[in-house]
Amino acid sequence: MSVALTGEASRATAGPVVQEAYYEDVVRAFMIAAMFWGIAAFAAGVVIALQLAFPELNLGIEYTSFGRLRPLHTSAAIFAFGGSALIGSSLYVVQRTCRAPLFGGPELAWFIFFGYQLFIVLAATGYLLGITQGKEYAEPEWYVDLWLTIVWVVYAIVFIGTLFKRREPHIYVANWFYVAFILTIAILHLVNNTTVPVSLFGTKSYIAWSGVQDAMIQWWYGHNAVGFFLTAGFLGMMYYFIPKAADRPVYSYRLSIVHFWALIFLYIWAGPHHLHYTALPDWAQTLGMVFSVILWMPSWGGMINGIMTLSGAWDKLRTDPGLRFSVAAVGFYGMSTFEGPVMSVKAVNGLSHYTDWTIGHVHSGALGWVAFICFGMIYYLTPVLWKKRGLYSKALVEWHFWTATIGIVLYITAMWVSGIMQGLMWRAYDEYGFLQYSFVETVAAMHPYYLIRAAGGVLFLTGALIMAYNLIRTIRSVESAEPNTLPASAVAAE
Amino acid sequence: MPTKIEKDAITGQNTTGHEWDGLKELNTPLPKWWLYTFYATIVFGVGYTVLYPAWPSLSGHTEGTLGWTRRGEVSAALAEQKAKIAPMMEKIKAAEVADIRKDPEMMAFVTAAGRTAFAENCAGCHGAGGAGAKGFPTLADDDWLWGGAPDQILQTVTYGIRNANADSRVSDMPRFGADQMLDKAQINDVSEYVLSLSGTATDKAAAEKGAQVYADNCAACHGEKGEGIQDVGAPRLNDGIWLYGGDKAAVVETVTNARRGSMPAWGERLDPATVKVLSAYVHALGGGK
Ligand code: HEC
Ligand code: HEC
Ligand code: HEM
Ligand code: HEM
Repeated sequence: MSVALTGEASRATAGPVVQEAYYEDVVRAFMIAAMFWGIAAFAAGVVIALQLAFPELNLGIEYTSFGRLRPLHTSAAIFAFGGSALIGSSLYVVQRTCRAPLFGGPELAWFIFFGYQLFIVLAATGYLLGITQGKEYAEPEWYVDLWLTIVWVVYAIVFIGTLFKRREPHIYVANWFYVAFILTIAILHLVNNTTVPVSLFGTKSYIAWSGVQDAMIQWWYGHNAVGFFLTAGFLGMMYYFIPKAADRPVYSYRLSIVHFWALIFLYIWAGPHHLHYTALPDWAQTLGMVFSVILWMPSWGGMINGIMTLSGAWDKLRTDPGLRFSVAAVGFYGMSTFEGPVMSVKAVNGLSHYTDWTIGHVHSGALGWVAFICFGMIYYLTPVLWKKRGLYSKALVEWHFWTATIGIVLYITAMWVSGIMQGLMWRAYDEYGFLQYSFVETVAAMHPYYLIRAAGGVLFLTGALIMAYNLIRTIRSVESAEPNTLPASAVAAE
Repeated sequence: MPTKIEKDAITGQNTTGHEWDGLKELNTPLPKWWLYTFYATIVFGVGYTVLYPAWPSLSGHTEGTLGWTRRGEVSAALAEQKAKIAPMMEKIKAAEVADIRKDPEMMAFVTAAGRTAFAENCAGCHGAGGAGAKGFPTLADDDWLWGGAPDQILQTVTYGIRNANADSRVSDMPRFGADQMLDKAQINDVSEYVLSLSGTATDKAAAEKGAQVYADNCAACHGEKGEGIQDVGAPRLNDGIWLYGGDKAAVVETVTNARRGSMPAWGERLDPATVKVLSAYVHALGGGK
């Protein structure tokens, strides 16, 4: 199925009307993939949360041990769920805002889809078999890295090629963020995965960097995976879907320019805050901290633009529960980008580092921001892509919203309490200056909070299952919307 | 598309005049509070880099006006802690464990220092508070393998058990089954006999037959009546306290393959004062002789 698109070309020539079409099949495929991987990732999260509470659930089998399932969870969440949502939505947004079909046609678009799914499967099987580079968020070995490089280059060509083909004089702000995401991830991936395979037919390779340089490159990568994958990409998503669903103009164009460039410039330097109080030299730690603190307002620029875009349309939050996800997401984004700069201050990090506080911070960003902004996007896009008048049930979206929100609150408050308690216990001394607690006592103290976190995870997963059911019913429903043609205003304004 | 600036009725702001897929942008100026907070963080950042080590150059980096370094901070904190406990540690190093046990001041220190050192080094095997686990003896009772007098404990902790240290405590129970010193029936009988010593035998006839096997093969280490001999670390077998379990299968396994549990020589890993602290601490756990 495709959507008719009448451009300048067709009207300039008096001959037969040239029909071009937006490629949406591939976007639909990415949405299904995102939903599938999302549920898989949340389920894996629940399993590892339970394993931390009850270690017997490792089952004594290597394939189901925490060490192998944890990267499965993080990669499934970030790359499979987040990645599919990002690539799919970007391919949708770039066509609409450029009024041009994808560069390279359906062939390249499908290559991106199947290539990326193959990457996910290769990575996941590697984790379960114990094949890993041992770098967090960059665990896949060299053969998977090479394959991803090819897929990513094609993705960049298609996306940027479409920008070049655009029939609009300017590039919409969502696309700046998507391009920043695509280009920076490409560079990070290449530099952090510079390895020498041991043999052509073996899976093992060695990283070219060593020692503290390797640590620094790893966390330069790691932090910018946060900055450009989990932040910039999803900001791109926000800049299209919030104004679209709210039917309001973006709050401030000037703010979008200033916070875009500030964000891009500052994120790149903030990596050392992951290596406070390690072998990394003091001067690099100072700079990592300082750039993180300065990053606060540029991050909040995105939040302001997201939330203030609703001024004059607040009532839509009542009538459009999908939009409520997007707006709550922006709220969580604001929260985690305030918490992040605070945690990057060395005195605070001395307490928070290595504790569950970090895990709480991660998930207020991951569940509250990343997952929620994706849910909002998918709720908006599903009826549009499958040409339905609306979602099967708004009430179910409400149910999803509240179960997921309560799940997040349980998750992050449990981790704040346990993280701060853990940090304080580690540094509690008695009158003689001896440690008050042994490590194992701090582990035992975590147990109740691990149970609460797991309960939060179960709620979050339940919400996602409700969503999947609602979407399937929506897609299966017979009721169709009017044919989705290009908005008349856009054509007439030529 | 020509630029068409419009005024937004709700906010009163102008649009930029661009449009994409129906999306427009307002030209709202930067919020003041946002801008000033942004400037404030930059001022803070620059100030911080003046005070602390920060900007790199080809030959090094700026040191910061405070002269602060992380290593400096840690060494100062460590030195302070060392100085705080040094007098007591010296006193303990010079004293006999038995005398430490009698001195309330030293014992107050040992209780604090020993708790931490035990939790970090010993609890992994012996359990929290020395409660013990299968294969790892309880240290909080008065049933000792190698002796519960202060100097015996010091000896055990310093040199360890069945390890590579030249002074380690050694004594290997033979593998009666694996090395074919006894056949299956004999092992069964002697195991029943061992169980009968604590009144848990299930097969009286076998236990009676086992008495002779025991006298021939076991008494030399475990004593005539199973009372144990600490010089060879052979546990008492007649008290119902088991290191490896008191069911028949566990006893048969011990006799067949022996166990030979091992403990590191802590004198190689910890300083002498800490080893004494731990010995006094273990002695005070409940069962010291
Ligand atoms: C790797 C495990 C392990 C660790 C760690 C360990 N032990 Fe042991 N320990 C053992 C085993 C096993 C035995 C019994 C060996 C045997 O069968 O005789 C033992 C025996 C002892 C005994 C003799 C008990 C008796 O009944 O005579 C003392 C005392 C002792 N340990 C003290 C300590 C102290 C103090 C520490 C910490 C500094 C410590 N252990 C750490 C494994 C360990
Ligand atoms: C050379 C001395 C020696 C001889 C001979 C010996 N044992 Fe032992 N036995 C030990 C030692 C030492 C241990 C401590 C366990 C270890 O190896 O860690 C032990 C442990 C045991 C235990 C385990 C006790 C517990 O608390 O779980 C049993 C049962 C036992 N012996 C039975 C026997 C029997 C039956 C024989 C004769 C057939 C025998 N032993 C002969 C030295 C000896
Ligand atoms: C049902 C939902 C989820 C549950 C129950 C869950 C649970 C967990 C658990 C138990 C851990 C390991 C924590 C530890 O090692 O102490 C973890 C780590 C992580 N999860 Fe999740 N998770 C969920 C959803 C997500 C989502 C949606 C994302 C990303 C979009 C995500 C990203 C991560 C990351 C990045 C880490 C590693 C954090 C670190 O190393 O600091 N999780 N998660
Ligand atoms: C201004 C923005 C942010 C700053 C300055 C920041 C800062 C930090 C700091 C200081 C840590 C702890 C490092 C440590 O002690 O090990 C951290 C961890 C983390 N943050 Fe953020 N954060 C920000 C926003 C976000 C957002 C929006 C997300 C999105 C999901 C996110 C995801 C993560 C993850 C995944 C980790 C864990 C990394 C790991 O150890 O595995 N952060 N961040």
